[in-house]
Amino acid sequence: MSTTFDTVANIISETCDIPRENIKPESHAIDDLGIDSLDFLDIAFAIDKAFGIKMPLEKWTQEVNEGKATTAQYFVLKNLADRIDALVAAKNS
Amino acid sequence: MRIEKFQLIDRVVEFKREDRTIRCEATVPQESSIFEGHFPGYPLMPGVLLVEAMAQTSGWMIIGREDFKRMAFLVSVRDAKFRSFVPPGSKLIVSAKISHDGSGFAVTQAQGELGDRIVCDATLTFRVTDFPNDELRNAMLHFATIVEFPMELVAND
Repeated sequence: MSTTFDTVANIISETCDIPRENIKPESHAIDDLGIDSLDFLDIAFAIDKAFGIKMPLEKWTQEVNEGKATTAQYFVLKNLADRIDALVAAKNS
Repeated sequence: MRIEKFQLIDRVVEFKREDRTIRCEATVPQESSIFEGHFPGYPLMPGVLLVEAMAQTSGWMIIGREDFKRMAFLVSVRDAKFRSFVPPGSKLIVSAKISHDGSGFAVTQAQGELGDRIVCDATLTFRVTDFPNDELRNAMLHFATIVEFPMELVAND
């Protein structure tokens, strides 16, 4: 059974044409993988569909802009996977 | 349809908020300076403007569901197909459905029909954000009356 990280990494690889082996749990989607905001919309679309959730991108962006969070908290992939797991758990609770 | 003003939708004929669907009328004018170049002696509605008609149709639905508090900006066009020529005078029905309502973005499936034929279809992605200024919001509210958008289905709070 694939992990949340594996699913996300596969989505990123397919969406952005990034070799799968270059995508690590420690990778920062923006700083390390060079994913721009438009490509991230495609990734968010695919993640929402794959997990049946609605990632709160606007809330996350607002928190980063207001200095309440760092981009790493949301866009380092192991952290993103943890947040997806939390959203899935909340949906199923 | 006022092509030169980039107003490609004439009238919203159906807006189903809960179903996330919309249908609009869009009649291609008999004459337009656009046909002088596209094409001389063989006037056709340009495919890029059919995409714009599908985008505007989708946009009305998104804005309506956002109660005219947020604006939709087209950011991506996928799988656009132009299945048949659309000559001047064509009475198109353009429809769209939101296939995914994301956080700050929406994806729609849109198509244009001429009679019983689908002449164009595409998958469109929009960024959905607060209106950047009152001027644009007021203009959209004004255009909404022109296209007979059913404002009774929009929350006014």
